[in-house]
Amino acid sequence: MSEHIEHGTQHGAGHTEHEHHVTPPIVYLVIFGCLLVLTGATVGASYIEMGVFNPIVAILIGVVKATLVILFFMGVKYSTRLTKLTVGAGLFTFLVLIGMTLSDYISRAWGRW
Amino acid sequence: MSTNSNTIISLPDQKTARIPKMNYLSKENGLLSWLLTGDHKRIAILYLISITFFFFIGGALAGLIRLELLTPQSDLMATDTYNKVFTMHGVIMIFLFLVPSVPATLGNFFIPMMLGAKDLALPKINLLSWYLYLAGGILVITTMVTGGVDTGWTFTTPLSTHYVNTNVLTTGLAVFIAGFSSIFTGLNFIVTIHKMRCPGMTWFRMPLFVWAHYAASILMVLGTPVLAIAVVLLALERTVGIGIFDPTKGGDPLLFQHLFWFYSHPAVYIMILPGMGVISETISTFSRKRIFGYTAVAFSSVAIAVFGFFVWAHHMFIMGISNYAMLVFSLLTMLVAVPSAIKIFNWTFTLYKGSITFETPMLYSFGFMGLFTIGGLTGVFLGSSGTDIHLTETYFIVAHFHFVMVGGMLMAFLAGIHFWWPKMTGRMYPEKISQLAAVVTFIGFNFTFFPQFILGMLGMPRRYAAYPPEFQVLNVFSTAGATILGVGYLLPILYLTWSLKYGEIAGDNPWQATGLEWQTQSPPLTENFLVTPIMDHEAYDYEWLDEQKAKEVASVG
Amino acid sequence: MSDSTAIAPGAPEAAHHDHPPYQRHHFETVEQQADATNFAMWLFLLTEIMFFGGLFTAYLIYRNWYYPAFVEASHQLNIFWGTANTAVLISSSFTMAMGVWCAETRRRSGLVLCLVLTFLLGLVFLGIKSIEYSEKIEKHHVPGFHYSVSAFIDPQSDPEIYKEYHDKPMPLDMARHTELYFFLYFAMTGMHALHMIIGIAILGFMIFKARAGAYTAGHVTFVENFGLYWHFVDIVWIFLFPLLYLISRHAN
Repeated sequence: MSEHIEHGTQHGAGHTEHEHHVTPPIVYLVIFGCLLVLTGATVGASYIEMGVFNPIVAILIGVVKATLVILFFMGVKYSTRLTKLTVGAGLFTFLVLIGMTLSDYISRAWGRW
Repeated sequence: MSTNSNTIISLPDQKTARIPKMNYLSKENGLLSWLLTGDHKRIAILYLISITFFFFIGGALAGLIRLELLTPQSDLMATDTYNKVFTMHGVIMIFLFLVPSVPATLGNFFIPMMLGAKDLALPKINLLSWYLYLAGGILVITTMVTGGVDTGWTFTTPLSTHYVNTNVLTTGLAVFIAGFSSIFTGLNFIVTIHKMRCPGMTWFRMPLFVWAHYAASILMVLGTPVLAIAVVLLALERTVGIGIFDPTKGGDPLLFQHLFWFYSHPAVYIMILPGMGVISETISTFSRKRIFGYTAVAFSSVAIAVFGFFVWAHHMFIMGISNYAMLVFSLLTMLVAVPSAIKIFNWTFTLYKGSITFETPMLYSFGFMGLFTIGGLTGVFLGSSGTDIHLTETYFIVAHFHFVMVGGMLMAFLAGIHFWWPKMTGRMYPEKISQLAAVVTFIGFNFTFFPQFILGMLGMPRRYAAYPPEFQVLNVFSTAGATILGVGYLLPILYLTWSLKYGEIAGDNPWQATGLEWQTQSPPLTENFLVTPIMDHEAYDYEWLDEQKAKEVASVG
Repeated sequence: MSDSTAIAPGAPEAAHHDHPPYQRHHFETVEQQADATNFAMWLFLLTEIMFFGGLFTAYLIYRNWYYPAFVEASHQLNIFWGTANTAVLISSSFTMAMGVWCAETRRRSGLVLCLVLTFLLGLVFLGIKSIEYSEKIEKHHVPGFHYSVSAFIDPQSDPEIYKEYHDKPMPLDMARHTELYFFLYFAMTGMHALHMIIGIAILGFMIFKARAGAYTAGHVTFVENFGLYWHFVDIVWIFLFPLLYLISRHAN
C-alpha cells in the first residue's frame, strides 16, 4: 500500500506540483533481493567460458542492477519528467564520451597494441 | 523621452535625480558583508573585480609576446621563457577570464532578475564558486612566481608528462579548482532557470540571454568534470609514473588529449554562448525590435551545446587519430557551424527595418557580428581536415581563435558591461569616450590579428619565439595593432571607474529596454523586487513597454 | 523615478512569510526549495558520472589492448572479498532507502537505525577495501612503487592463486602491462572509496541531526538528496565489480 502525500499546489506557471510518492518498504526489499541474486549471477557467469559474451553478459547484468537502483532506490520511476530527462542526459553524454573516443581506437588500434 | 533621434538614451532630470538610498550596495557595509554575502549581485561584482585583475595580467603577458615577436630572433627573452609566457597567457585568459567572464558577472547579476526571482537557487554555492575561482587564480599566480609552466595551455602529452620540469602540477591543480567554480556556477543557473521563474515566465518568454546561459551551463556541468579527471590522470602520470599516457609502459598519450579536448571544445562554446546572449539583448534594444526568430535563436543555443560535444577531435587531426575518426569529426564540425550561423542571420534580420542607434553597446555588438563571423568562417576552413593539416599549429589558428574569442567574446563582454553598467551602478558612463574606446578597440584588433591569418597561411608556426625573417613585417603590424588594442582596453577601466563617482544618474531604464531587470531601480534592491513580478507579456515586447510608460505618473519636482 | 510597483503586483502574497524556519528567503515555498535542491543534487550526480566516465574510457581501451594482462592481473583480486563488498554496498543502499522511507513517514528511531546501519556497512566496506589494498601493497602490485611482475611471469610462484586459475606465464612485455591494470584498479576503487569516505562523514553528521528529530518533522530533503548520492556511489561499484574482478574467472 503506497501512501500518496500530496503537498499544496503552487501558484503560477513557474512552479511544478510536488507529488511526493512514498515507496513502500516491500518494494525496497524485493529490489534488494533481486540485486543480491543478480550479483550471484554475475559472479557465476564469470566462471563460465563464453568468449566474447563474457563482457557482454557482465555489462548487461550491471546495467540491469543499475537500472533497478535508479528506478526504485533513487525513485526515478516516480519522479518528474525533468528528473528522468536529467538522468537520460547524463547517460547520453557518458556514452558519447566513451563511444566516440572508442571510435578513434577501434579504427586504428583494436586488439593488442 | 530622448532629446534627439540619434540616441535612445533617456535619463532622468540630473538636477533632481538621486541614486536610490536603499539598494544592494548600500544595504550592508563592511568587508565581511561582501566576503560572506549570499547576494548574487554582490558576488557578481566580486567576480567582476577579480576577472578584471586577471585579465590585465593575461593582457600584460600578451604584450610581452607581441614585443618578443617584433624581431625574428628570440632576443627579448629566452625561448623557454617565451614558452612560459604564452602558456600563462592562455591559461589565465581562458580559465580565469573568458570562461567566467559573462556568466559569473552578468549572468550572476541578471539571471535572477530576468526571471523575476529574488536570488539564484543556491546562494551559498554561488559564493563558494567565487572562492574556488580565487583559489585557482592564486595558484596560477603562484605558478608564475615559482617558475611558470611551458607546455602550452593544452598540456599536450607526452610533453607535459615526461619532458618538462616546470610547474605542470600546480597549474593542473589550479585548473582543477577553477573547473569546480565553473561547474557550480552552471549548476546554479540550470536549477534557477528550471525552478525559479516567476509566475507567467514561460520558457519562451525568457530573454535570450537566459537561454544562452542555460545552454552554456549544460556544457559546464557535463563537460568540466572530464577536464578534471584528465588533469588528475596527468598529475598521477607525472608524479607516480603510472603509465597511462606513457607508450613505454603501454599507455597512449592520445588518451589524455581525447579527455582534455572532450571538455576544451565545449569550453569554447561555454565561452561564446553567454556573449551571444548579450548580443541578443543589445541588438534588440538598439534596433527597438524583437529578435527575429526568437525560437530559432533559443534552440540554436541548445543545439550548439549539444553538437559541441560531438566534435572535439578536430583539435587532434594531426596528433595521430585514425583517418576514420578524422572523417567523422570533420563532418560533425561542419554541422556545428550551422546553429552559430543561424544566430548571425537572425540578428541581421533583427536589424533590418529596425530603428538603429549607435550607442557604445551597439558599437561593440556590430564589432562582434563582423569579427565573430570572420572567426567562425575560418573555423570552417580548420574543420575541414585537409586544410587543417596545413593550417593547424600555425598563426592561422591563433588568428581564428582570437577573432572568435577577442573579436567575438571580449567585445560581447564589453557590450554587456556597458549595457548593464547603469543598472549595476546607477550611473551612466561617458558616452563619447566610450564610443571612441570601442572604435579604437576595433581598429586595434584588426591590425593585431588580421595579419596573423596571412602569417599562418604563409606557414609561420605558433608558439615559436623565433621565426624566419620574411615574416617580420606582418609581425610588426600585429604588434603595432596590439598597442592600439591595449589602449582600447585600458580606456574603459579608466572611464568606468570615473563614472562611479561622476557619471550621470541613470535612472531605472536609460535604454528603454524590455526585460524585468529594467523595470526596477538602479542599482537594484537586495531582494530585486518588492513584489514578485508576474510576466504577462512576451520577451522584447516594445509595445508593452510603451503602454507601461503611458501609465507611469511623472514624479513631482 | 519609478519603482518596482510599475510592474503588475505579484501573486496574492499570502501571510507574509509564514514559512517554516528551514525555508530560505529566496524561495517562495518549501516545495520550491525541495524541488530545487533535489534537482541540484541530480545535476551534481551528472558531474560525477562524467568524472568517472574518463576512467571508464581509459579502462575500456586498455582492457581491449592488453586483455591477457588484465585477465591474469584480475585473478590477484580476491573474489570472496569483492563479492562480499558488493553485497555490503547493496545492503547499505537498501538501508539508506529504508532510511528515506522512515524520514518520509516520520519514524525518528527507525531513521536513526537505518542511518546507523548504513554508516556501519559503509565502514565494513572500507575495512574490506583496506584488507585488499594491504594485500596488494605486500605483493608489490602498487604501480609506481616497486611494482613487481614476478607473479605474472611465473604464475606458479603464487601457489594460492595458481591452483585456482592455472594461469600461463606471460612474456615480459605483456606482464608489464599488468601495471596499467593495477593503476586503473587503484584509481577507480580509490576514487570510489574517497566518495564513500565523504558519504560516511556526512552520514555521521546526519545521525546526530536525526536523533534530534531534524529530518522527521516534514523536512526530508537532506536525507533524500544524500540518499541519491549514496545510491550513485553504489551504482559506480555495481560496474566496477564486474569490470575489475570478474573479467574472466574460469580456470585455464
